[in-house]
Amino acid sequence: MSGTTLQRGLAPAPAPVAMPFWLRQAPRVTLALFLAPVAAGLLGTVLPAFGYLPAIGGRAVTLAPWRILFRQPGIGTAIGLSLASGLGATALSVLLVFGCCAHWAGRQPGRIGRSVLAPVLAAPHAALAIGLAFLLAPSGWIVRALSPWLTGWRQPPDIATVQDPYGLALTAGLLVKEVPFLLLMTVSALGQLPVARTLEAAAALGYDRASAWVKLILPQVYGQVRLPIYAVLAYALSVVDMSLILGPSNPPTLSVLALQWFTAPDVRMYFPAAAAALLQLAVVLGSIGVLRALELGIGRVGRCWIAAGRRRSRAAPVLRLAAVGVCGLTLLGVLSLVALALWSGAAGWRFPALWPRHWSAAQWIRQIGTVAWPLGTTVGVAAASSLAALLLVLGCLENEQHGAAVPARRSLWLLYLPLLVPQIAFLFGMQVLLTVCRLDGTLIAVIWSHLLFVLPYVFLALADPWRSLDQRYARTALCLGASPRRVFLRIKLPLLLRPVLVAAAVGLAVSIDQYLPTIFAGAGRVVTLTTEAVTLASGGDRRMTGIFGLLQAVIPLGAYCIAIGATAARRFAPQPTEGRS
Amino acid sequence: MMRRHRLAALALTGAWAFAAAAPAAVRPWQAVLNAARGQTVYFDAWAGDPRVNAYIAWVGGELAACCAVTLRQVPLADTATAVTQVIAEKAAGENTDGTVDLIWINGPNFYALRHRGLLYGPFAAELPNAVLVNRHDPANRIDFTVPVEGYESPWRKAQLVFIYDSAYVRHPPRSIQAFPAWAKAHPGRFTFPQVQNFLGVAFLEQALYALTPDPSVLQRPVSEANFARVTAPLWAWYDRLRPYLWRHGREFPASGPAERQLLEDGEIDLMPSFNPAEAAADVAAGLLPKTVRTVVLEGGTLGNTSFVAIPYNSPHKAGAMVVANFLLSPQAQARAGSLHGLGGPTVLDLNRLTPAQRAQFAPAAATPWGAAPDALQRSVPEPHPSWAARLVQAWERRYTP
Repeated sequence: MSGTTLQRGLAPAPAPVAMPFWLRQAPRVTLALFLAPVAAGLLGTVLPAFGYLPAIGGRAVTLAPWRILFRQPGIGTAIGLSLASGLGATALSVLLVFGCCAHWAGRQPGRIGRSVLAPVLAAPHAALAIGLAFLLAPSGWIVRALSPWLTGWRQPPDIATVQDPYGLALTAGLLVKEVPFLLLMTVSALGQLPVARTLEAAAALGYDRASAWVKLILPQVYGQVRLPIYAVLAYALSVVDMSLILGPSNPPTLSVLALQWFTAPDVRMYFPAAAAALLQLAVVLGSIGVLRALELGIGRVGRCWIAAGRRRSRAAPVLRLAAVGVCGLTLLGVLSLVALALWSGAAGWRFPALWPRHWSAAQWIRQIGTVAWPLGTTVGVAAASSLAALLLVLGCLENEQHGAAVPARRSLWLLYLPLLVPQIAFLFGMQVLLTVCRLDGTLIAVIWSHLLFVLPYVFLALADPWRSLDQRYARTALCLGASPRRVFLRIKLPLLLRPVLVAAAVGLAVSIDQYLPTIFAGAGRVVTLTTEAVTLASGGDRRMTGIFGLLQAVIPLGAYCIAIGATAARRFAPQPTEGRS
Repeated sequence: MMRRHRLAALALTGAWAFAAAAPAAVRPWQAVLNAARGQTVYFDAWAGDPRVNAYIAWVGGELAACCAVTLRQVPLADTATAVTQVIAEKAAGENTDGTVDLIWINGPNFYALRHRGLLYGPFAAELPNAVLVNRHDPANRIDFTVPVEGYESPWRKAQLVFIYDSAYVRHPPRSIQAFPAWAKAHPGRFTFPQVQNFLGVAFLEQALYALTPDPSVLQRPVSEANFARVTAPLWAWYDRLRPYLWRHGREFPASGPAERQLLEDGEIDLMPSFNPAEAAADVAAGLLPKTVRTVVLEGGTLGNTSFVAIPYNSPHKAGAMVVANFLLSPQAQARAGSLHGLGGPTVLDLNRLTPAQRAQFAPAAATPWGAAPDALQRSVPEPHPSWAARLVQAWERRYTP
């Protein structure tokens, strides 16, 4: 809190001369680019949800779609399943990540940890899910490693260890993917806090490390990772591709039900599909509301607890458990990718063989010709949308620091709309808008639709480091006569190079992960590695998925390596931490 | 090489243009070929099977060489996506410059577009190669009881068969009635794709066909009056089968290829397939062990034809027709029928081909893996599309927790 006040106090008085036209317009342009498709998309969902879509004969506004929706078999189970896996995965990821950070506080988890996390972060959800499904299946790697010498199974047992009716495998898949993301976000937020000095001071006052972290660091860091947590919650509640692969199918989760109805041959199902999409939106917003209320409640209780001033806790073993959990999940993630790589070259690999019996390059050779075009499109779209997102985000952040009006700053919250609104709820409507603009099926449309999802993540990755940068650097430079442009280019950018590069890498990874937006905005014509991979994954072919999943993972992985490598090599690592104290 | 291809193609198309000139040719085929030159045709096709994608890529190469038509496959996870796309374009008033030029389609998806008037046609009779199509096969004229009437052109045949692993199964079930007893003896070793998938619902329809006292009602649209009575034996049979299905009938693989993966993993021993040559092609590709065999049920199984159709708002109709025509050519059909293509029977009438063309269809060296050709003679027609939707609905209502 004090940091914000401090910044506001230190921010230079509004200086119109120093703020060029484009910079002044940056938030407005960004919001327009955002709100138009999301609003049009939501409208295109809300109207059919109440029976209005003249093209397929819906001319009256009625509640019939809702009645049909709630009469659908398994709808209650589906909602329960979405809630259980979404809330469970989010709560566990948050606990694991905070526990793990507390456990390693003050020690150096080091670069090794980060480089192990990178491939899991970079791998697309769908590819990781397929690898994990192979690991966990009754005919999968884990059972094979124990069979038949330990289990006595010569044929795989008939046990639902994936696609189980409780969504446990889906929850595990979400954990494998979301824990590294939250960890990255938390670690980079921690980089902006004077962790070491706080812990030293706490130790001097007699706090053990676990208590010090939970009582002193956690309250500070939570505010910075709140949005990533909301994004994880919204994602976990409405994920489609992972639940298709790891979740049960009868019934599936709510979002998958909505997708199935949206694409049912009987177009009348469109109306309950739109209603289900709105219901999905309500589930997400409701859950976020509950989480917010919990935050306030825990904050109030926690303040008394902190004020009580107990120095010792018995939390250390629990924290160690969290750290072990994070390591275990990372191991699962890495093994999933290794399994995919093996499958891409396997000819015959039946139960209970631990390794493929025969190898074959045939799949790779057959695909080389077909991969080039989607690969080019994927890289082009990812680079364009990440670059556009980076420019817009930097524009907005600079604008804000030049003393933009407070309402503009508040409205930037709207940027997170695409992350909090389930994709399924607005993509169809957005497609209609693109068709009206005659943009559907073009690369521009795909880049634009990716930007909706890339930009919030880039903003997430960049906003807090940027805002936390000590304003005195810039002020000193300005006092020495540097122009704002020079301050931006020579002071801020170099100081914040690591967050900027990490943000760009996050942007690339997010763009490459997009399936539904590519299909909808690209009218199916724009073929990327992801559309190929998910389409093939719908066929359940591990070999092909292995090839495309690996290729998908390689690009963002390269970007992460560059981001981390480039900044690790720097002697003057950014330490703009004192501004918050 | 390319020149020879082009010459051959010209000679071929010329000959057929001549042959087809007599019937109601709305315009000379040469005009279509000219209009198609330089067009890019976006072909929306289910892409869950790498073999299909490789085949379409081959077709694209041939068309570029012979007719200067560029073929781009738009890979779909579900054909209904293309149906939704056309409907969305209609909603947006995009009536002339749609994004879909050609769809691999049949059954309920065809019905959904045809009965809304969203397909271009009739065009199939204009294709020179249409004269080669086997007219004795009703499935080429009637798609799930809906008359085709020239609004789609056939290109592949499918028939329901069952693939089993003879390493574990000596006697596979030979009739629908035998399934519950077989499953009881082999608990957890059989399943079928989820009913929302076309292969999954086909298995239910096959059972309905075999169990209902008067299967002819299936050729008419379903009515609420008769649905309960017609399907009662089906549910009684399914309740006996269900406890012995893989995962106790609570979970199902998403699609045919996903089920093939289960067979490869050894989780199941028996699976349905719509391609009589799938087992043979999978063994050839190293995807299934050499111990697999294919069986057709006594009394015949459901057979249908895959078609291609052109949406009403396609801007490349000429190009799409050239593709549809090429898919019917003896060269393309022979390639599709080979184990290196897709496997499976042709839609052409071999008696209408020249001996040289027929020679391309040399019967695949009899492999022990695929279905015997004579077993495939007995195919029964698909029910009206409304049955599939109603069956899925009823199944979901009964068996969704």
